[in-house]
Amino acid sequence: MTDLERLASNPQGVPLDYAPSIESTSILRLRDEYDLFIGGRFVPAAGGQRFVTLNPATEESIAAVAEAGAADIDAAVRAARSVLPKWAALPGATRGKFLFRIARLLQERSREFAVLETLDGGKPIRESRDVDVPLAAAHFFYYAGWADKLPYAVPGREIAPVGVCGQIIPWNFPLLMLAWKIAPALACGNTVVLKPAETTPLSALLFAELAQESGLPAGVVNIVTGAGAAGAALVDHPDVDKIAFTGSTEVGRHIGAAVAGSGKRLTLELGGKAANIVFEDAALDQAVEGIVDAIWFNQGHVCCAGSRLLVQEPVAATVIDKLRRRLATLRVGDPLDKNTDLGAINSQAQLDKIRELYAAGIDEGAEPYQPPCDLPARGYWFAPTVFTNVAQSHRIAREEIFGPVLSVLTFRTPDEAVAKANNTPYGLSAGVWTEKGSKILWMAERLRAGVVWANTFNRFDPGSPFGGYQESGFGREGGAAGLLPYLEAS
Amino acid sequence: MNTAVTIPAWDDARAEGISVSPVDAVMLEARAAALGGRSIKQATKRAALELAISCMDLTTLEGIDTPGKVHALCAKALHPDPDDPTTPSVAAVCVYPELVAVAASALRGSGVKVASVAGAFPSGLAPLESRLDEIARAVDAGADEIDIVLNRSAFLAGDYGRAVDEIAASKRACGPAHLKTILETGELGSYDQIRRASVLAMAAGSDFIKTSTGKIGVAATLPTALCMSEAIREFHGQTGRAVGLKVAGGVRTAKQAWQYLVIVHETLGPAWLHPDRFRIGASSALNDVLMQRARLRSGRYADPDDFSQD
Repeated sequence: MTDLERLASNPQGVPLDYAPSIESTSILRLRDEYDLFIGGRFVPAAGGQRFVTLNPATEESIAAVAEAGAADIDAAVRAARSVLPKWAALPGATRGKFLFRIARLLQERSREFAVLETLDGGKPIRESRDVDVPLAAAHFFYYAGWADKLPYAVPGREIAPVGVCGQIIPWNFPLLMLAWKIAPALACGNTVVLKPAETTPLSALLFAELAQESGLPAGVVNIVTGAGAAGAALVDHPDVDKIAFTGSTEVGRHIGAAVAGSGKRLTLELGGKAANIVFEDAALDQAVEGIVDAIWFNQGHVCCAGSRLLVQEPVAATVIDKLRRRLATLRVGDPLDKNTDLGAINSQAQLDKIRELYAAGIDEGAEPYQPPCDLPARGYWFAPTVFTNVAQSHRIAREEIFGPVLSVLTFRTPDEAVAKANNTPYGLSAGVWTEKGSKILWMAERLRAGVVWANTFNRFDPGSPFGGYQESGFGREGGAAGLLPYLEAS
Repeated sequence: MNTAVTIPAWDDARAEGISVSPVDAVMLEARAAALGGRSIKQATKRAALELAISCMDLTTLEGIDTPGKVHALCAKALHPDPDDPTTPSVAAVCVYPELVAVAASALRGSGVKVASVAGAFPSGLAPLESRLDEIARAVDAGADEIDIVLNRSAFLAGDYGRAVDEIAASKRACGPAHLKTILETGELGSYDQIRRASVLAMAAGSDFIKTSTGKIGVAATLPTALCMSEAIREFHGQTGRAVGLKVAGGVRTAKQAWQYLVIVHETLGPAWLHPDRFRIGASSALNDVLMQRARLRSGRYADPDDFSQD
């Protein structure tokens, strides 16, 4: 029997099963223990404590990382303070030269960063390789360019750096958030103490090695690892001039209260419950891709995720049908597999939270759909989920799930879409899908969100400011606007 | 312009619920690039290469084609790699109508189909009667499959009714032969138009829709194949009719071949991974596929001269 005959006798066609294509971790030189990076040197925590960081895809321990206490935070702030005058006095072009060098080093070591980010955080290698690391490098390139052009950002005014910046970043995009924080701060002549999240500290520590390699003056960048207590110590430190925080609205509120009256400057980039609005005249096949990008990018661990799908009623059934079909091709599993679309949930705590809200959705009468998929036995996993029959009052339509769970609601008119989209305590992002340009502009004018994407979603560029309304925070990162939180203008 | 005359066939199609969806170019290209980046390893690669050979229309469409050339191509089609008897035959040999008889006698009884371009290929701008006559003659000479071109002149003038009617007439002229309609996507100007042309050609009764003639600079691309696959999927949902996809022109490497397979697989599903529903029109890609296949078998790259150049 020839192959053709075999094929011809099989009208079902041939399933193309992708053999595993695993990115090697041999490029990494992992250590058992990691120290703090203070004043240009790696030092153990004064108290000697360490915490373990896990691979969320396997629950295996990767390394023990120093847990910074108040004394370590103090040492880091002092290191940042002492080098501040020298760093701030450098010509902008010289600071730019360091940033360019960091950007190039990030590109040169991009595979190493991508593999580490995936190992420590659980995100698919495809995303860390194609999105996180290239965008992080792009941010350094972008702000390197601004370093000697700062007067043009605030024309006609005297400018100066803010000073020592305490920066606290989340676990969903560890290296990228580091870049968003450090690049503009350094370009403007500030020095920083940065605390990565306790579940994903490793890429920041690898970045510390890169900072050393780049010849950046000691103390300009300090990396202190630890959990909430370390963050609180940084926020409360009296010699910090500015706090920049990206994370949950709950923690952001605490930080806001702690900083109030202290004279410290503050920017917050918090949660979201973005509406992704699909009109009946949209290019529906591409809108479905956009829905996938909006909610299943990075397992839905995205503050600007399009977690509420608002679809116009005449096409609701069609869109849900197309979406279910597309879900069946979403590949869930080993984050290091180059064909994986959806990786591991970042931590047990986050998995618990997703499960709780998933159960709440069912209790409230929404209808869940999950495609058939085999989740690995070990590690933290949650199948991609679409809830239909969701009402505006349901918890899954109001609360940030921060996981791969989409809530689908319908609308009849553009006014209703705007009203539903804006009916949220958040206001970070929104998406509009229509082939009619005037409708895009009409919607963008009315949507209360820091970013409105038209016929796309979750696209980022260093030149484009990012930030929120209301409980999604304040201040902008990216673009010329991203310089302002790091400059004193008089 | 197209509303000046009522065209029953196309109106009937619309009345049956067949519709044309808009296409967003940015997201389409992003999705095609993501699918093109799928990493294909060992066992999957072996299966994909077999499938690519089984779905190949080995093609020669030159003014200098001779019976000798077509004989050589048919021999290659039957036994692409004589050193490896497990190599499948290709799906079809695609020639000009004048050479159909040569191919038909060489391939008789083998299961390899004879495909013929017809209908004033590649412009399609001969009088309809002579185009239909050319199709009928090619079928009489032994063609199992007929590849015609969309009347882009009518289509781009907005005369969709005429474009549909001509394809429907061509389908009738084919009789038992299968009809593949070439959209010549490189001349249509936008993905919206490619999607529209796909739907028109399917509604008119084409068994396959095909990207390109191979006679202009822009041939098959991954986004074009994705755009047409999405049109096929929607048409299948609306009518229950499964129409095949043929990518042609510019496919030169094994890697390109399996990128198209991935797009078809993830858009239309495994039921389309079959020569009845998917074809790759190519000439030079076959040897690259054979080389990749030999490498998987032996672990080393073969000399290009280990394979016949036909």
